[in-house]
Amino acid sequence: MSAWQKRLSPTGNTGDAVFRGAMFLAALLVVMIVCAMILALASHSTLSIRQFGFSFLTSREWDPVKGKFGGLAFIYGTILSSLIAMLISVPLSIGIAIFLVEQAPNFLARPITFLVELLAAIPSVVYGLWGIFVLAPFLRVHVEPAMARAFGWLPLFQGPITGIGLLTGGVILAIMVTPIVSAVVRDVLSAVPNTQREAALALGATKWETTIVVLVNAAPGIAGAVILGLGRAIGETMAVTMVIGNRPEISLSIFQPSYTLASVIANEFTEATADIYLSSLVELGLILFLVTFVVNAMARVLVWRVTRRNSSAGLAV
Amino acid sequence: MKRADQTRRAVSAVMTSLTALCTLVAVGVLAIILSYIAMRGVSSLTLHFLIDSPRPVGEGGGIGNAIVGSTILLLLSSGIGVPLGIATGVYLSEFGSGLFASVVRFLVDTLTGIPSIVTGVFVYAVIVLRMKHFSAFAGGIALALIMIPIVARTTEEMIRLVPHSLREGALALGAPQWRVTLGVVVPAAMSGIATGAMLAVARASGETAPLLFTAFGSRFFPRNLNEPIASLTVQIYNYAISPYDEWHAQAWAATLVLMALILGINILVRFMTRRKF
Amino acid sequence: MSMPTATIRPQFEIRSRVSPERRETKIDVTGLNFFYGRSQALKDISISIPERMVSAFIGPSGCGKTTFLRTLNRMNDVIPRTRIEGNVSIDGQNIYAPGADVVELRRKVGMVFQKSNPFPKSIFDNVAYGLRINRLTSSKSELEDRVVAALKNAALWEEAKDRLKSSALGLSGGQQQRLCIARALAIRPEVILMDEPASALDPIATSKIEELIVHLKKQYTIVIVTHNMQQAARVSDLTAFFLLGKLIEVNSTEKMFTAPDEKLTEDYITGRFG
Repeated sequence: MSAWQKRLSPTGNTGDAVFRGAMFLAALLVVMIVCAMILALASHSTLSIRQFGFSFLTSREWDPVKGKFGGLAFIYGTILSSLIAMLISVPLSIGIAIFLVEQAPNFLARPITFLVELLAAIPSVVYGLWGIFVLAPFLRVHVEPAMARAFGWLPLFQGPITGIGLLTGGVILAIMVTPIVSAVVRDVLSAVPNTQREAALALGATKWETTIVVLVNAAPGIAGAVILGLGRAIGETMAVTMVIGNRPEISLSIFQPSYTLASVIANEFTEATADIYLSSLVELGLILFLVTFVVNAMARVLVWRVTRRNSSAGLAV
Repeated sequence: MKRADQTRRAVSAVMTSLTALCTLVAVGVLAIILSYIAMRGVSSLTLHFLIDSPRPVGEGGGIGNAIVGSTILLLLSSGIGVPLGIATGVYLSEFGSGLFASVVRFLVDTLTGIPSIVTGVFVYAVIVLRMKHFSAFAGGIALALIMIPIVARTTEEMIRLVPHSLREGALALGAPQWRVTLGVVVPAAMSGIATGAMLAVARASGETAPLLFTAFGSRFFPRNLNEPIASLTVQIYNYAISPYDEWHAQAWAATLVLMALILGINILVRFMTRRKF
Repeated sequence: MSMPTATIRPQFEIRSRVSPERRETKIDVTGLNFFYGRSQALKDISISIPERMVSAFIGPSGCGKTTFLRTLNRMNDVIPRTRIEGNVSIDGQNIYAPGADVVELRRKVGMVFQKSNPFPKSIFDNVAYGLRINRLTSSKSELEDRVVAALKNAALWEEAKDRLKSSALGLSGGQQQRLCIARALAIRPEVILMDEPASALDPIATSKIEELIVHLKKQYTIVIVTHNMQQAARVSDLTAFFLLGKLIEVNSTEKMFTAPDEKLTEDYITGRFG
């Protein structure tokens, strides 16, 4: 047996060497795919990067006719819609997780968990369909007028009400993100050892006060869950495209139509005839990629810390 | 009972109700969505609808080509994505320590978090531009890229759950490592791996964004993999954003078909994983 | 006529010479039966626990001593499908009466667990926790005074006074356990239940805890569960021996470890089983 074979397979068996090699190739392929993605996105954006430079991020002008492109409107739309989504989803998800882990009896918790997770299985385009024909009219007729009446003095709630706009996009995103955030928070709450709950109870704490102790223990994991949800919201395409109005405008009102990074790519990609047009869209895709990459990496670190090590060691005061 | 204690108890009771309310809201929204799909979709669900290809407004038509198209795309993507995903998962669980494996694991996780539209852009840049046209092949690749990290992750987890004693028993009998992995460990984890693959298929079947500029869409039944191809999701999207009520109704019906498939897979998976415990 | 059981060679260092009968009863248990679902964990337990003494529950693992301890502050309430019959009265009041205030009970009856479980907060905030949630103090300075007093009472003050704001998780195992004792003491209970408080600690930390227990009994009624008979002999005034959910014998520690009434007790103490 040659030295090469010995190095590759510590067992000295050729079958092992072949097997190990094949598995290695598969894993390598995955690595190469991710690298290829970054390269492809970068190389196809160079045209617009070179032409617009940093102003791409600060210009709100998006004019295919004049050939002038800037991403600010989409960055704004993405951030705002995700923010609205998280504001609605985070308390809801934490509430669901607390109910399922701390309060619901076992026989109830399992089926309800399944139902909540089913929300995650609904495709984005189906949410969009439901959003256009059910949610948007509902918001237009019942919710947004009420909000305008109550808070209309804020620029946030002014302007014409059509049901299609930032708020609807945010609400749809909230529904889509909730099952994910609550699933992670559930995991994180379950990982808090029972001894913490017993310590609080033995000092006379009520059920809710005990739950607060659990939440304090799980805090970094909850933060991670929120960030994970944010990452999902930022990248969501179809549902948002169908209800957000797709107008590259920056307006303070949440009733107004808007446009997100993912939506503009979905809408205009096949119509991008000029190279600079296409390159700008790819650059938006690159921005989207980088943002979700960073957000997801942060989330994973936070969640990993709490669930894998299964203890509260290392948490600051 | 002191007044302060009464307040504390009241607060605790209120919070319990609030969390129950949150759960009710979530389950309620699910019920609302599913019932709208059922209500609005049922009326257009005829046999013709399931068999015909799309026709101009007013002439009926159906989603037959879209169903066939989605099936072809899923077969293609599973054929590529599932084996690659399992292989990666096996690699991570068998040779999982060390720097390269950590990098792989990190990148697999990254791949999970990439918005599917970005995947679509990538496949467009690398395949569609080269071929100079949309194709089912490109769509299949895009969906495969979405499936790989899901399958890889569940495969790794399921294999890790196989007790060491099983592995050691086979090794002690003199079997080489590859035989032990392929012949003993993977089969032991097979039901878990299968459910992972099924969930990945369910996920891919619901994807629209990556198909928009890879498989693109078509009004005809597919003839070969080198052409654009219709899919349920893209068809739903196109019908939904159209201005015609008739097409809206068809969108709901198509959604009913799609949801039946996805729900079916999810319930089956749930049933399979419950049986063990 | 039965022969008196032989006096056992004292491998035990017995420090208590008091007689439990002379004391008032703090906790009175009569006819207690406890069920986890269908299986019965405690069978017809009756015992009177004297105030301001240390009572030890001994017995082999699984005999029900911890389950019984937890019935005294209703900690078993949180476990689903448990059922209790019989009477547990503290200061003459049945703690399982319908409408009984569990929160008030747990203020009166504190608990220290087998493995220390400080909250992921500062040392100060740990001790202050019970005071804050129960609204037991009305000013910041009163809160601080109570925390300091509790830390002193738990023999942790010297080691903690310069790091009150640092994380409790930075303390050693023995210190964390004393912190948990301080946390329990801060709300001024009348009874302290201890479930194998030193079993996870090294000998030096253990002896510190034991000294603390002897010091605390001047003020508090202490009930301790221990699998370590030497510890029970060193520390307690009254000892109760449990076996398979039944209370076999209750006696002053002195008598228990020198001339027990029951043969089963003698067998256990001389190491013939368990």
